[in-house]
Amino acid sequence: MKRNLGKIFIGCMLLLLYLPILVLAFYSFTTSANIGSVHGFTLDNYANLFSNEELRGMILGTVLLALGSAFLATTLGTLGAIGAFYARKLTKSAVGAMNQVPVINADVVTGFSVCIMLVVVLGIDKSTFVPLVVGHMVLCAPFVYLSVVPRLKQMDASLYEAAMDLGATPRQALTKVVLPQIQPGIVSGFALAVTLSLDDYFIASYTKPATFDTISTYVVNATKGSQTEIKTALWALSTLIFLIVVLVVVVMNLTERRWGTAPKVDK
Amino acid sequence: MGVFRFSRKQLCIPYAVFLLCFVAAPLLVIIYYAFTNGEGNFTLDNLTGFFTSPYTIGTLAYSFAIAAVTTCVCLLLAYPIAYILARSQWKRKSVIVVMFVLPMWINFTLRITALKEILTVIEGNLAFHPFLNTVVGMTYDFLPFMILPMYTTLLKLDKSLLEAAADLGAGPFQVFGKVTLPLSVPGIISGVVMVFLPSMTNYVVLDMLYNSTYIMGSLIGSFFSAYDWHNGSMIALILLLIILVFTLVTDRYTEEDAGSRGGALL
Repeated sequence: MKRNLGKIFIGCMLLLLYLPILVLAFYSFTTSANIGSVHGFTLDNYANLFSNEELRGMILGTVLLALGSAFLATTLGTLGAIGAFYARKLTKSAVGAMNQVPVINADVVTGFSVCIMLVVVLGIDKSTFVPLVVGHMVLCAPFVYLSVVPRLKQMDASLYEAAMDLGATPRQALTKVVLPQIQPGIVSGFALAVTLSLDDYFIASYTKPATFDTISTYVVNATKGSQTEIKTALWALSTLIFLIVVLVVVVMNLTERRWGTAPKVDK
Repeated sequence: MGVFRFSRKQLCIPYAVFLLCFVAAPLLVIIYYAFTNGEGNFTLDNLTGFFTSPYTIGTLAYSFAIAAVTTCVCLLLAYPIAYILARSQWKRKSVIVVMFVLPMWINFTLRITALKEILTVIEGNLAFHPFLNTVVGMTYDFLPFMILPMYTTLLKLDKSLLEAAADLGAGPFQVFGKVTLPLSVPGIISGVVMVFLPSMTNYVVLDMLYNSTYIMGSLIGSFFSAYDWHNGSMIALILLLIILVFTLVTDRYTEEDAGSRGGALL
């Protein structure tokens, strides 16, 4: 009985968590513009998502921004983590402390401070996309740094020395020994950076060009408008993202099961 | 050897410069703006203005209330979930844990849109219960962030301690109250940090649910859109100080896992 109670509670919580998403998913396949009545089924919402130029541009822009700023943040954060790891204690703790600021700070404050610095003080135009990309790099790079550092700590320090003794140049030792060792940290840092950038609203709202929208800023504006066609197309987008996430999680679990023990070799 | 070490260290120069320019310098700029007026003279008007204006003080109080209630609701829901999951022997336990975390990967504005549609069907006009809807929206948004740290802590809990307590004559409630609960405090604290601070500043949830922006985060925005950098900076600085105090107080109770927000996302 007690165990069943637990199961019922967990089940109810999952239901509450998924109910809005699933209801929206169901209605995204109908002709209705409001939850409640169903008159017929259609794929129009999904067609709109790809035929409406505004929607298509917004989705593509968000994805490109996420990949681009995640790539830059990963490069910068990884190099920073390696450098700081071998640097003097003072440099290391200074970089570590500055790295913590965007992590604990509210995104609103991060976005505001980046905007004040770049747009108000330095006078960079928002339409150059520089403030937006820098803002997302400030958001993401610290998390890349934090996911690479533990890998560096785990790494056998003598490997680098051994490579050098065997005649490798510092550059070779770095690319052929250090980078492969910390690769899992870099990959998860990149994935995290993409997720953070995709989910961001606050930094984008302060730093984006007026004519550009990310999914977040677009959705927030759209909920205030009354265009039902856009509204229901966003239901389709939500459903599509949900399906992609489920797919990614399932694939990740399956590959992890198959390669289960492989990543643990270096521990 | 010295040359090689030097070259490795050099790798952090770009990142250090980046952090100096876009993290450290902006903070100094904010402090400068917060304590100056439009003519660039030093002033405390922005500070006193914040604490004497009923609107800003009211917003601060409202934000605190929203954040406190949201955190409590999340705690009350998440603790049993984390506890049941950590203690259960279910075969598909890991799948269920992933299911609780999975919504975090869906853009939060889309999730709130979904919630808004459902709440509208139930309530009609969302503006009738602004406080309740805000708490519901934020709980829906932040619940996974609370479950995960508590689950990790409870999972790591040494089972032999529970058995020892039971052997020494403690009843199930005593075991929970005197062993399990005190030992799960680090998880609870990290969960509270991850929910309390965002719910103080996340104005989008309110904004989307019923077009209100009566919360700390949006104050910055309202000054910002009026080109009032000075008052905006003061609000940002006050928020920053609240966050700093909160982090310093909670830091000693949590285990050393700096990337907790990151860990929860991946």
